Amino acid sequence: MTNEELKAKAVAVRKGIVTGVHAAKAGHPGGSLSAADIFTYLYFEEMNIDPKNPKDPKRDRFVLSKGHTAPGLYAALAERGYFPVEDLLTLRHLGSHLQGHPCIAHTPGVDMSSGSLGQGISAAVGMALSAKLSNDTYRVYTLLGDGEIQEGQVWEASMFAAAKKLDNLVVIVDNNGLQIDGPVEEVNSPYPIDEKFKAFGFHVICIDGNNFDDIRKAFAEAKETKGVPTAIIAKTVKGKGVSFMENNVGWHGKAPNDEEYAIAMADLDKAEV
Amino acid sequence: MAALGDKIATRDSYGKALVELGKKHDNVVVLDADLAAATKTGVFKKEFPERHIDCGIAESNMMGIAAGIATTGKVPFASSFAMFAAGRAFEQVRNSIGYPHLNVKIGATHAGISVGEDGASHQCNEDIALMRTIPGMTIINPADDTEAIAAVEAAYEFDGPVYLRFGRLAVPVINDPATYKFELGKGVTLKDGNDITIIATGLCVGEALAAAEKLAADGISARVINIHTIKPIDEDIIVKAAKETKKIFTVEEHSIIGGLGSAVAEVLAEKVQAPLKRIGMNDVFGESGPAVKLLEKYGLDAAGIYKTVKENM
Repeated sequence: MTNEELKAKAVAVRKGIVTGVHAAKAGHPGGSLSAADIFTYLYFEEMNIDPKNPKDPKRDRFVLSKGHTAPGLYAALAERGYFPVEDLLTLRHLGSHLQGHPCIAHTPGVDMSSGSLGQGISAAVGMALSAKLSNDTYRVYTLLGDGEIQEGQVWEASMFAAAKKLDNLVVIVDNNGLQIDGPVEEVNSPYPIDEKFKAFGFHVICIDGNNFDDIRKAFAEAKETKGVPTAIIAKTVKGKGVSFMENNVGWHGKAPNDEEYAIAMADLDKAEV
Repeated sequence: MAALGDKIATRDSYGKALVELGKKHDNVVVLDADLAAATKTGVFKKEFPERHIDCGIAESNMMGIAAGIATTGKVPFASSFAMFAAGRAFEQVRNSIGYPHLNVKIGATHAGISVGEDGASHQCNEDIALMRTIPGMTIINPADDTEAIAAVEAAYEFDGPVYLRFGRLAVPVINDPATYKFELGKGVTLKDGNDITIIATGLCVGEALAAAEKLAADGISARVINIHTIKPIDEDIIVKAAKETKKIFTVEEHSIIGGLGSAVAEVLAEKVQAPLKRIGMNDVFGESGPAVKLLEKYGLDAAGIYKTVKENM
C-alpha cells in the first residue's frame, strides 16, 4: 500500500475507534488513536496474515500488550476483514465478542488475551521463542505503552528476548507521553526509553509513530536486523486525529458524548480529503 | 521402576516423567526459573537440552512465555517452587494462562512444609487455595511416585491448564506401579471402613493409611480416600463416605483454609450434611527444621492424624 492508501485506512481505523468507544460509553480512545497508524501499518502492510484463516500456524502474530487500547486493535481487525465493522458498535456490550480488553477466546484475529499490563510482551516472547524452536519463519510483534514499561515484567521479558537472540520479535513502544495519572515523566519517568532497551540488548529505532515513512523504514530495518530483537520507540500524539483529544490526558479512558462524537467524526472527515 | 515401599520424592517423579514424555512427544517444552536441579527438570535438560528453557529468576515472565508457547501448539511445562509458581506468578497464571484457557502445565515442586530447612518463606501452604479460584484450572496433588508419573502423563493428554503439585521429601510408594491406573477427577478408596473416613491428598495419603492401621488396632474402622485431583473434585466419593461413615477427616500439607479441607467442606455443605474435621496447617506459617520433624510437629504424620482423629471422634 502507498502512504496515501495507508493514511486513508488509518482514518477509517480512527473512525472505528471513536465509534466503538462512543457506542460503549466507555473505553480508551487516547492510546488507541495514538497507535492507530501503527495498527494500520501492521495489519495492512507489515504482517503476513489472512483474515479468512486467523489461526494459520504460519501467520505472523501480534500481541497488544497495552490491552486497554483494544478499540484500536478491533477497529484495525474489522477494517481488515476479520469481522464486520458494525460489530464495533457492540464494544463492551453484554454478550459482545468485543470484550473491554482483548481475549483470544472471543475475537477472531486476536492472538493473545491481554490487558493486565506487562504480561503481553512475555507471551509475545514465548511465541517468538516457539518459532525459533521449530524453525518456523513467522514474526511476532507486540505493542506496549510508555507507562506500561514501568511494569517490571517488561524488563524480565526484554532481558530474556535479547539473551535468546529473538530477532523475529519486534517490540513497539507507543510513546505518547501520557498515562492515567499524568505525564509519564512526572508519574515515574521511564526515560531514556531507547537507552534502556539498548542496555537490554535490543536494536533500537526511534521514529515518529504517526508518520508512515518513518514506520515503514523502521519495520524494514527490523526485518534486516539479525541476532537481536528490535525495539521501535514510536513518538506519538495521544488522541491523534481528534482535535480536542490530542495531548489531553483526560481522554485516556473516557468516551465522547454525542456532541463530542460529532466533532470527532467531523475532524476525521476533514483528514480524509 | 519403583517398587512398593521405595522412598521417592514426587519432584523426582516429575523429572523422570518429563523425560518419558519428551521421548514420546516432540511438542513438549520444559521451562524453569533457575531451579532445574531442585525441580528435577534438569533431568529433562540433560536429555533434551534444546527443549529445556531456563528463564532465569523471573517466574512471572516464565508463565507469560509458557502462555505464548502454548498458543503455537506446543505443550509447555512451566516449573518452579510452588511458592513462586502459584504465589509470585498468581496473576500471570490467572490472566495469561487461566483466562485464555491455554494448554500450559505448571509443575510446582517444594509444596508444603516438607520443604524443611528453608523455612516458611519457601513453604507454600496456600497454592491449592490460590489455584482453586481460577476458573478452568485443574489441580493434581499426587501421593507418591507411581501417581506422580501417571499424573504428568494425564496432564499432557488433557487439553487445558493444569497445576501439578509435587514435594521435596522422599515418601514411600503406596500405589503398585504394576497395576496402578490414574483417572483424572476420580478419588480412590484405598482402604474401606465404616466408622469414619479420612480423605487425604499428597504425601499425607501414606500417613493417613498408617494412621488407619493404628485406629484399627483400637477397633475403629477408618475408610481412607486419596483425592489426587483436587479440582475438579470427586463429589460422589465424598457424598458416599458422608452417608456411610459417621465423620469425615481431611488431611493435607496445606492450610486448612482454601485447600482440600475447604473443597470437601463445600461438597458436604451443599450435598449432604456431615461432621467434618480439617487437619492441615492451622492458619500458621511453617518454620525451619527437618521435614519429618515438621510433619510431626504440625500433626500431619500418622501419629498426629491418629491423635486428632481420636480426640475428635
